[in-house]
Amino acid sequence: MPVFEAVRMAFSTLWSQKLKSFFSLIGVLIGVTFLIAVVSIVQGMNVYMEEEFANRLVGLNTFQLRRVPNMQMGNITEETWREWMRRPRINNQDASFVEAKLETPALFSRSCDENGRVTVGNRSAKGISLSVVDAPYFRIKNYEFSAGRPFTPQESRAGAAVAVIGAEVAEKLFPGVDPVGRSATVGTLPYRVIGVIQKQGTLFGFSMDKFVIMPFDSPARHQACRLRNMDELHVQSPSVGAMTAAVERTEELMRVRRRLRPNQADNFAIQTAEGALSGWRTISAVLFAALPGLVAISLVVGGIVIMNIMLMAVSERTREIGIRKALGAKRQDILAQFIIEAATISTLGALIGIGLGIGLAYLVKAVTPLPAAVAPWSIGVAVFLGVAVGMIAGVYPASRASRLDPIQALRTE
Amino acid sequence: MSDLVIQIVDLTREYLMGAERVQALKGVSLEIARNEYVAIMGPSGSGKSTMMNMLGCLDTPTSGEYWLNGQEVSRMPDDALARVRNREIGFVFQTFNLLPRATALQNVELPLVYAGVGSRARRDRARSALERVGLGDRMDHKPNELSGGQRQRVAIARALVNEPSILLADEPTGNLDSATSAGVMRVFDRLQAQGQTIIVVTHEAEIAAHAARVVTLKDGRVANDARQERVQAA
Repeated sequence: MPVFEAVRMAFSTLWSQKLKSFFSLIGVLIGVTFLIAVVSIVQGMNVYMEEEFANRLVGLNTFQLRRVPNMQMGNITEETWREWMRRPRINNQDASFVEAKLETPALFSRSCDENGRVTVGNRSAKGISLSVVDAPYFRIKNYEFSAGRPFTPQESRAGAAVAVIGAEVAEKLFPGVDPVGRSATVGTLPYRVIGVIQKQGTLFGFSMDKFVIMPFDSPARHQACRLRNMDELHVQSPSVGAMTAAVERTEELMRVRRRLRPNQADNFAIQTAEGALSGWRTISAVLFAALPGLVAISLVVGGIVIMNIMLMAVSERTREIGIRKALGAKRQDILAQFIIEAATISTLGALIGIGLGIGLAYLVKAVTPLPAAVAPWSIGVAVFLGVAVGMIAGVYPASRASRLDPIQALRTE
Repeated sequence: MSDLVIQIVDLTREYLMGAERVQALKGVSLEIARNEYVAIMGPSGSGKSTMMNMLGCLDTPTSGEYWLNGQEVSRMPDDALARVRNREIGFVFQTFNLLPRATALQNVELPLVYAGVGSRARRDRARSALERVGLGDRMDHKPNELSGGQRQRVAIARALVNEPSILLADEPTGNLDSATSAGVMRVFDRLQAQGQTIIVVTHEAEIAAHAARVVTLKDGRVANDARQERVQAA
């Protein structure tokens, strides 16, 4: 009997017992939904972390020299925290030292950052990131300007009262007008807006466009750095390949400068996109390690449910089996019929599960800041698992059906 | 080849009932020629049902030979028997044995499915078989939408669709009232006239009266094998 015929037969049987069929496929459905949704979300996070976060936001050929890392996933012990707080800060002398000694060509920019208020006329915005940076910062960050220009090294050195603002600040404080050339008050001093940076979007639900950037030596430094000398030194090497060497050299220079003995750990942090990603990679590795187990549990349960349903079907349809055998069905025809029926149930469950899983992933994407990207391979795996679980669950009931004696089977009511 | 469809030589069948051996058939020999109309009769316990299962290739004998249409089927393995049932035998059962969820047409198509006939040819052949039994207008009805007589005619169409060597009917009117029975027997008479070999297993003398030959079983042996004047259904 051709497979197509058996599938058609399976569908008509399933259709005639809709509710029962639905319950029998629910186990596989849940397993597959879970598989697709989790893979989509984790995969979405991966794509997001690698492309958006690492590539665009941090930059793969960029690193920061800091006192303590500011992007850290996972728990920090109190001990670590205390050690961090004992570390000396990175100061301007450190920055100049590294800048002078690093042989590889690189762009450097010091920066400080604090949240504060910006006022324009009677409008005011709170919680704006106020940064002071050196001129190369814009190139390091790869910022595109939607209006105006970055500040020049001369403006930076002179500490001119100029500012580059983010798209959201521009919208809020200068609605409907071109901010370039207008004045915004940071702290108590007016700054002339000379540029607006293109919209950056959000990261984990936080706007990336609420900032004002001013020259490192401008008066706003007292507000951005407060009592600190500086927060971090951004370094960009010309290529990803050159960065490894630059990172190593920077560490060396800092250790020399700090007079650390070989057995002493670094008392500063060099933060790379790779480093920030490694935390996420740990989380996603744990999720991916746990996933097969969770999916396997629901598929095993689903398989057992299907096996039971099929055993019931075999005993309910003993007479049908007798009729089919009397009319010339061979053992393998009956075997195929019931295996295909079981596989049809679970494949159907898998297909609905794929739909629900994708739906769930997009729902998560819509209502939470977590991104989601459906991984094609997970759909392939789900379909395969659906077919396989059904076939495996169907083997035993089908072989019982195929071994029925036609005379006995015809006699049952 | 002779004109014999069935040649049975000294057929026996034993069952184990607990520790006891029960001989249901104790050496039956029988020859049935093509286009014969044979009734097999006998009281319960005579071995009639066992004989029916043997003739229908649903069971294999303990000893003896059974030749059906030139093949020895008494020693065949299961799958070969399934093939023989599919090609050589058309069953008509007392309880119709139609698949309840399938339409009349789908029921009639079933033997062709197992014969590996393609779907279009299957549909055409099933349709013409249903037309032969006068159910051309009931093809899409399910068994529960049909009367008893109509159901049995669907079963006859199903039995005929593979053009079997023998039509094997087991108490074909046992579940029908007398008027409907007469209708079903008319179909049998007509099929016999068209050349079909028919074997009817029954305990009803009225049904057996349609056959040209009556084989009576008693205690697992052929007690009587006689030709008779046929009664034609009115």
